[in-house]
Amino acid sequence: MTTTNDANTAKVNNGVNVDALLGAREALEQTPEAAQFKWRATCDWVNGTHSRSVIGGFFGLGAEQGRDQSFTVEADHPKQFAAEDLAPTPVELVLSGLASCLTGGIAAVAQRRGIQLHSVKATVEADMDLQGILGIDEDVRNGFSAVRVHFDIKADASQDDIKALVAQSQKRSAVFDIITSPTNVYVTVN
Amino acid sequence: MKVTTTVIVGAGHSGLAMSRHLADRSIDHVLLERGEVANSWATERWDSLRLLTPNWQSRLPGFAYDGRDPDGYMQMSEVVGYLRRYAELSRAPVQTSTRVVRVVKTDAGYEVTTDQGLWRCKALVIASGACNIASVPKLADGLPASIASLTPMDYRNPSLLPDGGVMIVGASATGVQLASEIQATGRQVVLSTGEHVRVPRVYRGRDIKWWMDVIGAMDLRYDEVDDLKRARNLPSLQLVGTPERRSIDLNGLRESGVEIIGRLVGLQGGKAQFSGALANQCALADLKMNRLLTSIDMWVTESGQGGSFEAACRYPPTDIGTNARLSLEFAGNGIRTVIWATGYRPDYSWLDVPVFDRKGRIVHDGGVVNVPGLYVLGLPFLRRRKSSFIDGAGDDAADLAGRLSQDLDRAAA
Repeated sequence: MTTTNDANTAKVNNGVNVDALLGAREALEQTPEAAQFKWRATCDWVNGTHSRSVIGGFFGLGAEQGRDQSFTVEADHPKQFAAEDLAPTPVELVLSGLASCLTGGIAAVAQRRGIQLHSVKATVEADMDLQGILGIDEDVRNGFSAVRVHFDIKADASQDDIKALVAQSQKRSAVFDIITSPTNVYVTVN
Repeated sequence: MKVTTTVIVGAGHSGLAMSRHLADRSIDHVLLERGEVANSWATERWDSLRLLTPNWQSRLPGFAYDGRDPDGYMQMSEVVGYLRRYAELSRAPVQTSTRVVRVVKTDAGYEVTTDQGLWRCKALVIASGACNIASVPKLADGLPASIASLTPMDYRNPSLLPDGGVMIVGASATGVQLASEIQATGRQVVLSTGEHVRVPRVYRGRDIKWWMDVIGAMDLRYDEVDDLKRARNLPSLQLVGTPERRSIDLNGLRESGVEIIGRLVGLQGGKAQFSGALANQCALADLKMNRLLTSIDMWVTESGQGGSFEAACRYPPTDIGTNARLSLEFAGNGIRTVIWATGYRPDYSWLDVPVFDRKGRIVHDGGVVNVPGLYVLGLPFLRRRKSSFIDGAGDDAADLAGRLSQDLDRAAA
């Protein structure tokens, strides 16, 4: 009842090294300490609502991990918010994070299941009632009231197998979990 | 001190099946049973429970259902009577009211301390069941003291619950059955639903358990399955045994008034929080059900017996609406009871042999534990998908009795 098939897997190329991922899973199962990761970012205020984050190393596999380069991600707000609109809003970056996480997951699951992908496009939309963040109505939350993701996928698979890819990707997605379940957040100063 | 070749811990269906196979091989043994034969079935189940498998599917080595209702589902009293009759017919050497309190490894085998004295044996078979303790998640600690907290092992029937609404956590067979019967008494039930397995009771005119048997799904072996760990951790199928052979699923529960909500992810200050992933949990279950139905349809087509069965069909997708609740304040919503239908685990507190993984599970290869002379039976997907069912005890016991016999011969040589 699974679509995994070694002969298929060999022919399919979604650019995902499934053997390495499965090897990592096996290794981390034996050494759960090495599975403890810490992800990091720093963020500097630029001006107004404009900020610039730098994302570099992380901790994992029992050690600090460097990268070939660090990445810069900027955020701002649109002109309707009396800002300069130099970059996406943080909430849009969250949507991008969700879409990227699910999309990457789909590629990995497809590779594992021997399904060749031709195109994957996610369209994300989230509802927000601004009365929350503006403090107009205490009963309205700040965050999204709903998030909708739509996938258009072309792949060598049945419609149900494609749906199963998308469902499995949600099941194993970090950002999907971050958005759908609560997390304790601790903020300190100086 | 008493001496035997093999001690079997537990005289339920697994232990009795093993006893039968050991007797066939003339291997001297005893079954140590803390209560009476079929003790858990007799004392640790709720009043309305019936087996999820049809009567004919309670096959045991040298024994089968011979009553008038092969397609029915046994009530617990019938299961107990059935297994006690089997124990008598097999002349199984059961020591009842004998609780094992400690097992240690010795040079020659095992030393078994019971509340009725000491046993020494060369081989030990753990057949004490997979469902000794109700698993309750850590976050249950956050439940206010004013809310009654029960497990399915405490629950007997709705009339014994405090007045008011009930939150049931978990939508496996246990959770959906309890939700259905409690809602039917007019109480409000909210059902917190994570991963679950949806199947119809009857498909194309035959019991789903009949189909899973004939297409070979129940015989799938542990060394053939793609992800064994996942297979061993799957929740039970959403099924109920009723004389009407009715299906039970989230759509039907919702129609009857049960509120379906996501997996419980937080509990603090009298307020519960639920995951927003409910839609995907339902999509996964619908897709999985349809894969099973497709494999049944393919089997029918290949068998050329299409005319013998009702036409193929598909069921409406699970509809949980668009506004599933993400939080629930108990007091304000009249919830007075929480039932943790969050699974069961074995009790190995008496087993003083280092055979556990970091989660407290016995490490074994198809029931063969990595310590000479130690075997385990009756766990989910131990050797086959049917391993934890009455119907699966026979084949597993046959395999392991063979292995045990070989190991004894080798040790003696």
